[in-house]
Formats: sequence, structure tokens, C-alpha cells
Amino acid sequence: MNWPILSVVTFLPLVGALFIVLVRGEDRFGKGTARWVALWTTLVTFAVSLIMLWHFDPSTAEFQFVEKHPWLGVASYHLGVDGISLPFVILTTALMPICILASWTAIQRRVKEYMIAFLVLETLMVGTFSSLDLVLFYLFFEGGLIPMFLIIGIWGGPRRVYASFKFFLYTLLGSVLMLLAIMAMYWQSGTTDIAVLLRHGFPVGMQKWVWFAFFASFAVKMPMWPVHTWLPDAHVEAPTAGSVILAAILLKMGGYGFLRFSLPMFPTASHDFAPLIFTLSVIAIVYTSLVALMQEDLKKLIAYSSVAHMGFVTMGIFAATAQGVGGGIFQMISHGIVSAALFLCVGVVYDRMHTREIAAYGGLVNRMPLYAAVFMVFTLANVALPGTSGFIGEFLTLIGTFKINITVATFATLGTILSAAYALWLYRRMIFGALEKSSLAGIMDLGWRELVIFAPLVALTILLGVAPKPVLDVSAASVTQLLDRYNHAIAAANSPGSSFRGAREASEPGIQGYSHLSLDSGSGPAGRPGMTTDQEVAQINKTAGIAR
Amino acid sequence: MNETTQLSGLLPVLPEIALAIGAMLMLMLGVAIGERSARLVNGVSILILIGIALLIGWLPAGRQVLFNGSFIVDDFARFLKLLALAGTAGALLLSLDYLKVEQQQKFEYGALFLLSTLGMLMLISANDLIALYLGLELMSLALYVVAASNRDNLKSTEAGLKYFVLGALSSGMLLYGASLVYGFTGTVSFAGIAKVAAQGGVGLIFGLVFLFVGFCFKISAVPFHMWTPDVYEGAPTPVTAFFAAAPKVAGMAMFVRTTIVAFPGITHEWQQIIVFVAIASMALGSFAAIGQRNFKRLMAYSSIGHMGFALIGLAAGTAEGVQGVLVYMAIYVAMTLGTFAVILSMRRQGKLVENIGDLAGLARTHPTMAFFLGVLLFSLAGIPPLAGFFAKFYVFLAAINAGLYALAVIGVVTSVVGAYYYLAIVKIIYFDEAAEGFQRMPASVRLVLAISGLANLLFFVYPGPLLNAATAAAKSLF
Repeated sequence: MNWPILSVVTFLPLVGALFIVLVRGEDRFGKGTARWVALWTTLVTFAVSLIMLWHFDPSTAEFQFVEKHPWLGVASYHLGVDGISLPFVILTTALMPICILASWTAIQRRVKEYMIAFLVLETLMVGTFSSLDLVLFYLFFEGGLIPMFLIIGIWGGPRRVYASFKFFLYTLLGSVLMLLAIMAMYWQSGTTDIAVLLRHGFPVGMQKWVWFAFFASFAVKMPMWPVHTWLPDAHVEAPTAGSVILAAILLKMGGYGFLRFSLPMFPTASHDFAPLIFTLSVIAIVYTSLVALMQEDLKKLIAYSSVAHMGFVTMGIFAATAQGVGGGIFQMISHGIVSAALFLCVGVVYDRMHTREIAAYGGLVNRMPLYAAVFMVFTLANVALPGTSGFIGEFLTLIGTFKINITVATFATLGTILSAAYALWLYRRMIFGALEKSSLAGIMDLGWRELVIFAPLVALTILLGVAPKPVLDVSAASVTQLLDRYNHAIAAANSPGSSFRGAREASEPGIQGYSHLSLDSGSGPAGRPGMTTDQEVAQINKTAGIAR
Repeated sequence: MNETTQLSGLLPVLPEIALAIGAMLMLMLGVAIGERSARLVNGVSILILIGIALLIGWLPAGRQVLFNGSFIVDDFARFLKLLALAGTAGALLLSLDYLKVEQQQKFEYGALFLLSTLGMLMLISANDLIALYLGLELMSLALYVVAASNRDNLKSTEAGLKYFVLGALSSGMLLYGASLVYGFTGTVSFAGIAKVAAQGGVGLIFGLVFLFVGFCFKISAVPFHMWTPDVYEGAPTPVTAFFAAAPKVAGMAMFVRTTIVAFPGITHEWQQIIVFVAIASMALGSFAAIGQRNFKRLMAYSSIGHMGFALIGLAAGTAEGVQGVLVYMAIYVAMTLGTFAVILSMRRQGKLVENIGDLAGLARTHPTMAFFLGVLLFSLAGIPPLAGFFAKFYVFLAAINAGLYALAVIGVVTSVVGAYYYLAIVKIIYFDEAAEGFQRMPASVRLVLAISGLANLLFFVYPGPLLNAATAAAKSLF
């Protein structure tokens, strides 16, 4: 690749947005132009990202398509993808055209602004997954709040103001603590370069605090159990495409963050706090499934089910086994497709009936056979029926967790029964039975546009359920490397006699990489490497002393 | 002494001399031609300010000390002088149309702006307590008068009087502190004080506290912020824009230089005070702004909060911290001027409206203005990738390095609280139903809004120049 393909994927949507800015008028012509520009931009972006996938070498765990330019004094503009981030980039670019299509007729008010907001959001999301610099990552990660806030607030439902504020402030509060942790990491290690930090062993005492700060951000984003309450509100009020993006991609930023930062950079803290994560995950799986059972609102039900499914992801990631982590990634991709499709299904009936109340529907199969079939595929995928992508993810995370903690895995497995209960019950209430409600008598089945939207999603759900290997292969090398380093660090921390040597070995590449960097940077934290290693040695001696 | 006797030795102080001459020329011009000259005077004043800025850029770099050590020109001074000049020029540009429409054409207006700016430049370059006080008073006296410049308006005169009485009180406190410091160190020069201050002593700290009272008043930091909302609301809006921008820069300059240069030996003592002031300002700025309905009052609380954030950098007491303060002040000036440009365009049926509710549905009636205001508000809230984020980033970076973890955590939490009221305005302009539109924006106001909006939006694309200049400026203090 002799052209910056990753930057192109990241910023192409922004260029499209600039084009739409130039379109004048809010008449039919203006709206149409905005829609078509947005659609073509996202399609071209998707195509370019597929070229990237084609050239991606899955046999190595190194970052690929790397670009690096000086930017701030502290941070640099550093992009790159590996097996962990590439699937999310592809997921984002793949879902965007679908979102644009799903909003084709549903959005009639302020179409230009809507399309601009989505395209800007795409740039920020792709940037989040592909940045290799902590500050750059934070920039994209937080910047995404602005367009999403506007999407919920302008095109949302009746309680949109409340929902948008809650979404914004909740996530912001979590993230600012992460920002402070990023700064602490910078002063300790002398760099914000993720590739270097992945090899840098942070002192054990510091890891706890920094881990908690990152946890605050990602747990809210994910969302994990006690801090999930913003999600149902945001989902219910957001327009259909907004819910799709929220569920399919924004939530994945939390999981991606755990994988990219928490696990590899703070291994001992991740190991020590794994029981906490397990507890919260199991509560999420069981409790939110129960809550989902009681929902009257379609979108709320799916929102709670998202929280439950994300519970599997966090559980799998912090089990820190090959199956757990690989399954976590797979579950996120699968949930990205399935939850997106479920929200689109809700959108289909909402566009026709303008209500999301489950009780307002019933017997839809009589008028909408195609819809019933499509909805069934995704309901079953949500239940994790074998043969759908949902099964692979949950199965792998559960296997991974069984190796580590049987109690947790047992409870989580029981949770899957609950997911079957709410999903199938929902399906029965909405689709089956006689068509009794007179308001539904004239409801139309899926149109060609909707079929175009659903066809790739149905295909992917079943394809990945039958042949999950492509996704697992892409991430395999990176996951293996991540776990190697993780286990190495844990082993080093647990055996006091060998800890000194182990830590030195583990952090040696980091020191090399750093000393190279400090020559470049000149000012700033120069002269720190000695201090860093001193601190490390002191820290290791301390832990060793405690162990004795 | 020899250097100053030669005319060429005065070269570093040429900008101040030129500005003083310019201000007096404007006064004479006004007296000669009368009220009709007001437009001319204000316009030429802007040109003078730009000329001075160019002059500062043209003069040789490096560190020059004049007048027996009481006047210093270094990178720090140059950076802040340019910033103060930009703030004044921006505010004056915002005034042009306002004065015409409100029929407030007075030639003293431009001349007073120039004199006040002269005070700021002297203040920024002050290297001993006497020069500091001279600059401060020249700046403040001119400010008192412009606050009351709309002399037939009750609120404006009240604002001027309030500002004057409280300002005089704070000046008195500052003088008292200066005399105590002089009494216990035997010198007024910062370098001399630094030598003696290393030994500490209760009397010196007592003096330091009184000095800080004066400084805090000028930058409207809690607990000496009481005047801010009333003066902001009462003063004519372009004057408020001026108050919010340039004098804050000069005030922060004297705060930073005095603290860092004159009291490096007792860092621990003053650090506690600044940490408290920073926390109190951030908290009050965030919480008190929530209930505000008047945009100008809201901006008053917002500026109190921002001064708190900027002080975090000073609390760190390191070169990185000072760099953070400088970056913060530069971005703060850009954000503030842009926001006031919007406030000055909220004109219906020939009258300015000031309530936040009047902005309802601005996105429908004036999409471009709404977009820039949205950018500025998110920037004020410190959301990336806008400039306001980087302002906060650098001060927090310094605080973390200095080990001020509690301060940093409180700071970011209050910034989230602060985000709430900025979001509330975004909500009004983007989510609410459209109210009646405003009159067409005057070209000069449009220019200020466009420049500051674009600067905030695109700062992240090319942050190098500002960051490098701030780094060099901060280094010159250590």
C-alpha cells in the first residue's frame, strides 16, 4: 500500500459531509442530493475498507497500514489496525450504508444535517478503532458524543432531550477519568503511542488506579450493569438508524477498549479485578434479561437484551483465555449485526404504525410473511440458536469462562435461557396469533428498499453462524499475542523469585522503543527512562518483599 | 543605567511608547474634530493595535531588561502581549456596529481601549512590584470608565461604580500586600524578592496572600468574583466582551509572572492557595451558571470557571503548567470573543436581547450562526476535537505530572457539570422550536465569529504554532 488507505477510510465520510454542506436548499432536490451523496460516500468507504481487508495479513499480530506523523508535542497522528481492530472498522463501514438506507424515508426533517451528522460520526468511529495513539483515540472516542447527542436530540422521540443529556453526561463523566489516566500513563512511560505502551510494563501499584479509570469509561460505554441506565433511554428516543449505530458500534467501543488497553496494558490489575468484572457481567446477563422480560416497549426490550449480551463479552474478555477473548470479539461482531438488524426490524413496524408498544401488534405474520421470516432469523440469532452467529460468540465466551470460573459460567449459561424466554415471547406476541387489531389490517410487508437492507444482514448472520472461521482467523494472531503477553506478565507478578527477571524481559522491548522515541521528542519527559526502570525495580522489589 | 540613556536602548519598549502616542493622538483627534470623529477614532484604533502587534513581532527576540530591571521583554511577555492586543482588537471590532446602532458614538471609547491596553502591556512586562502596580492601575482606571460608558443607562453606571469601588478595594489590598512583601524582603524587584523569599517567613506569606487577593480580583477568581456577573450584565455588551478577554489575559500574566518569578522558594505555600482558588472557581463557575437565564451573566460564571481551569496550570508550578496556562488563555480569548459576537447579533426590532431563551431554534433561522455557536459551546465545554479540549488537556497534563491528582479529578468532574449548561444552550438552539429570527449580522461581527469559530473548530488540524510559541514563552520564565 503506497497510499494512506486507513486515513482515506477514516476521513472519506468527512469529505462527503463537506459536500452535503455545499448543497443548498431543504426542498426535494436538496434532500435527495443529501441522501444520495451520503449513500455513495458510505458505499465507497465500505469498498475501500474491503480493499484493506483484502490486503490485510492475518498471520501477523503486528499493526498494519501504519501511518505516523508528528501532531501535538505530546501525541502523534498514528493510525494502524491489527486483528482486533480491523473487524470493528469493517463492521462500522458495512453498517453505515444500511443506516443511511434505513433513514431514507423515515427522516424527512432536516435531512442535510442528519446525513452530515452520520458521516461525521462514521469518521469518528473508524478513527476510534484505528488510532494507535492514546490522545488521538480519546479525541475520536469523545468526539463521537457530539454527533450522537445531536442525532438523539434533534431527530429523537418525545423524551429526546432527557435521553440525549443523559447519554452525553454519563459517557463524558466516565471518559474524563480515562483522560487523566492517559496523562498519568504519559508521564510514567514518556509516550502515548499505543504500540509502544502495549509492551511497556506499568508498575503494579499504578495499574490499579489506571485500570479503574479506564474501567469507568468503558463500563459506561459498554454498558455494564450498574451504569447501563442511560442505554434504554437513549435507544428508545433515538431514531432507528441512531439506535442501530448505538447498539452495533458505539457499545463496541467499550469492549474494544477493554481489549486494547485494560487487558494488555494493565495485566495484573485485570487479573486482580477479573472477579469484579465476572460478578457485574453475570448480574448483567441475568438481571437485565429479567428486566427485558417485563418491557412493554419494543426498543427498550432490545436495549436491555443488548446489555445482557455485552455481559457475555466482558466475561469472555476478562476470562483471558483464547476462547474467551476470541469469543468476545466474535460476540461483539455478531451482536453488531444482530442488534442492528433487530432495531431495523423495530424501525420497519414503527415507520408503519408509529408506535413501539408491543401490545399494539399481534398476528403480523398474516399480513407480513417476509417480515416475520426476517424477524425470526434475528430473534433466533439473539437467542443464540446454533447455526446463527449469536451461538458462536456466546458458546466461545462460555467455554473460555468455564476454564477459569465454573460458577460464573454456570450462571451465565442459565442466563441464555432467559434470553430465549424474552425473545421468543416477544416474537409470539408480535408475529403469531390472529390479526385482531383493526389498525394493523392495512399494514404492508417489506418493500424492496427494506429487503435490500435486510438481505446482507440475514446472509451474514447465518454465514457467520455456519462458518465463523474468517472472523476468528483475522483476529487469531493478535489475540494469541495479547494473551501471551498477558500470561507472561501475570506469571512474572506471581512468582517473586523470578519476577525481577521476568518483568525486565517483558518490558525490554518497551524500553528500547521508548529510548528511540525520547531521542526524537527531545523536550518533554526526556531523561525519564532511567526513572521509569527505577520505579519498576522498586515496585517489583516491593511486591517481592510482600510476597516473602 | 547607561543603556536607557541612549535612544536605541529604548527599542524593546517601543510598542508601549508607540501605543501611548497613538492613544494620545486619538484623544487629540477627537478633541479637534469632536463627536463626529468617533467612527474614525475607533477604526484607526484597531489599526493601531494591529500595528503594535506587528511591531512586537518585528522587534528582535530574546530577553531584554530595561529601566533598572523593572521592565522585562521576554517570550512570555511577547506571547501574552499579542494575545491581549488580539483580545482588544477583537472587542473593538465588535463595538463598531454596536456603537453606531445604539448611538453611543464617543471618541473617548477607542482612546480608553488603547490606554487600557497600554496598561496591560506594561503589566505583562512588569518585573517589579511598582511597575506592576502602575500597569495595573492604568489598565483598571480605563476599564472603570468604559464600563460606565453608556452614562444615561442605570445599569451601565451601576456596573461602572461597582467595578470601581471593588476594584479600588482590591488595589488597596494588593498595595498592602506589596508593602508587606517589600517590608520583609527589602526589595520590590521580583528577582530580589525571590532571593529572600527562599527563606520563607510568616510576614512574607502574609504579604503574598494580600497580593493574591488583588490578582484573584482582577481575573475574577473565587472568592473575589462577586463583581463579575453584575459588571458583565450591566456594561454595554462589547465592553463586556472586552472585559472577558483582554484584561483577563493581563491579569493572568501578572499572576503567573509574580508567582513563578518572585516566589519560587515557597512553592508549597502558594500552591495550597492556588489549588483552593482553582477548585472554588471551577465549582462555582459550573454550578452557579446552571440557573442563569441571561447570556451575559452566564458568560460571567463561565469565565470564572475558566479562570479556575487555567489556574490549575499555575498550581502545578512547572514549565508545563505555565505552558498550559498560556494555551488556555489563548483559546479562552478565541472562544469568548466568538461567543460575544453571537450575543451582539441577538438583535430584534433594533433592540438587543440577552436571554438564552431568545436563541430558541437558531439552527432553523440562522444555520451558520447556530453552527458556529454550537462549535464554541462544545469548545467551552472542552469536548474534543475542539480547541477547548486542548486548553484543558494541557493544564491537566501539568497537574498530573505535579502530582495534583485530587485537583485534577475535581477539575474534570466540574468540567462535566459545566458541560451541562453549555449543552443546555445547544439544546435551545438545535432542539427547540424556532423563535422569531434576529436581524442581519453586521459584517464586522460576522468576521469575528467566523475567525474564532474556525479557529476553535480547526485547531486540532494544525496546533503546532500555538503550542510551540507557548512552550517557548513558558520556558522563558524558568
